[in-house]
Amino acid sequence: MTRNTVISVKDLVKRFGSFTANDNLNFEVYEGEIFGFLGANGAGKTTAIRILSGLSRPTSGKATVAGFDAGTQPEKIKKNIGYMCQKFSLYEDLTVRENIILYGVIYGMKLPALKQRIRQLLEKLKFEEYENRIISDLPLGLRQKLAFTIAVLHEPRIVFLDEPTGGVDPITRRQFWEMIYETAAMNITVFVTTHYMDEAEYCDRVSIMSEGKIVALDTPAELKRQYNAESVEEVFVKIARPPTPSRPAVGTGSKGGLKPEPDTTGKI
Amino acid sequence: MMQKIIESSAIGKSFGETKALEDISFSVNESEIFGFIGPDGAGKTTLFRIITTLLLPDEGEMRVMGHDVVTGFKELRKNIGYMPGRFSLYQDLSVEENLNFYATVFGTTVKENYDLISDIYSHIEPFKKRLAGRLSGGMKQKLALSCALIHKPALLVLDEPTTGVDAVSRSEFWDMLKKLKQHNITIIVSTPYMDEAMRCDRVALIQTGKILSIDSPVKIKEGFSRKLFRIKTSQKYKLISVLRKYPGVVTVYPFGDSAHVTFIDDIIDDSLSEFLVKAGIDDTVIEESEAGIEDRFLELMEKGTMV
Repeated sequence: MTRNTVISVKDLVKRFGSFTANDNLNFEVYEGEIFGFLGANGAGKTTAIRILSGLSRPTSGKATVAGFDAGTQPEKIKKNIGYMCQKFSLYEDLTVRENIILYGVIYGMKLPALKQRIRQLLEKLKFEEYENRIISDLPLGLRQKLAFTIAVLHEPRIVFLDEPTGGVDPITRRQFWEMIYETAAMNITVFVTTHYMDEAEYCDRVSIMSEGKIVALDTPAELKRQYNAESVEEVFVKIARPPTPSRPAVGTGSKGGLKPEPDTTGKI
Repeated sequence: MMQKIIESSAIGKSFGETKALEDISFSVNESEIFGFIGPDGAGKTTLFRIITTLLLPDEGEMRVMGHDVVTGFKELRKNIGYMPGRFSLYQDLSVEENLNFYATVFGTTVKENYDLISDIYSHIEPFKKRLAGRLSGGMKQKLALSCALIHKPALLVLDEPTTGVDAVSRSEFWDMLKKLKQHNITIIVSTPYMDEAMRCDRVALIQTGKILSIDSPVKIKEGFSRKLFRIKTSQKYKLISVLRKYPGVVTVYPFGDSAHVTFIDDIIDDSLSEFLVKAGIDDTVIEESEAGIEDRFLELMEKGTMV
């Protein structure tokens, strides 16, 4: 059975000066997959995700996302993906409705279609009573669900989730993963990073990065078998070493947050 | 009689209309590792700010090391080490400069209490000239912990020290905490990671400003009121939605590669597998399982919302 490839990475290298953050990455992600992207802090995950989401250019090698080249067509990539990061990326001083409209328009949706989607979404999430509430007034679990829904508002081919469940209560975390399952069932590919090792088990396949390289990539079941482990966490502990002092995590301003970095590839 | 390091009685705190903490009562014994386990918004940071005298409570009383948190803050601040939730050291000072700064502010020197932090600091000492802002997450954590300990406090307060840090570094961090116990330092720590609860001597489960339960992690687990069953299948997502429709089911929660399920009257019989097979799921493995602390937390949360 052939599967459509949504992401294709070949010999991908990203260097910052003399430091190699991504060291010859090779992998593919298939349509409708839930793909887990794991690794210790400093392993190079954030760097790779930035390239795949059109925010950064490769130093060498190739990455194709939703049919577009990450080196030459990053703007087209941005239009065709969804992205949700740890701090939820919603405008805190706007209402639920305003955020949906803002993002919808940014994603290029037309207003009439957008308005209809708002109705549908609010009903589905049972958010009708929150429509005109300011984001900063809402509890975290709700904000997170909304952020995810907005990330797939324009029905992109693939959505990137960067540690989407950080610090959230166990019930909301599970509800969130059910939303991910539903999304994948609609054939939207989900590319997710997480530090919760039990969440790795929800993924169809999992890759583990360590020191700039991918050191394992397979289904959770196969990884456990291969490494004689009872959980993905055990596999992780066996093979993903934390960063050595000479390898600071790139782009971490606070603990694990994304910080804009200058692109030092020398390419346009 | 051993003095209690913290004695809290009916502490309450509100921000405008939001009740951040309500009726918080607990005590912490000397040399304990006491954990506050709960999600974002539970009130952990607010509580820790009260304990470290950075915030005044609206209601109730709290004594830390014998001093009232409201009137005795001057003395208390000399004897507490605090590692707040966000990296709060000076990013533009080096590792070494940060450590020296904290030692000086507390009226001591790095040399004086070096033995206390040597295990932790030795990991980052080779990079003592590096700016703190350029350290990895795990390294920042070690520096922050060193700075919180440099004046040999009797009480160490750690607010989500492992959030956003990978599983390996988290485990190492907890190994370091266990070692600190030998120095008679009392540690209170907050975390959203349920598995870390198991590494505490006692734990308070906290949710939306209220404490749900306080006990040793083992006793909390044992408080789970039903029989727990784990069900595994290759069709993880389908299993959850199908199980929810089964008439005998009480709760269904995805837990990684299996579903944790409880049934009415703890009864499970052939009708379950028949039901599943009919729905197209025929490769299930069903076994009774011991409840973990997260199962109990979920159960307590359910009870909380049912009220």
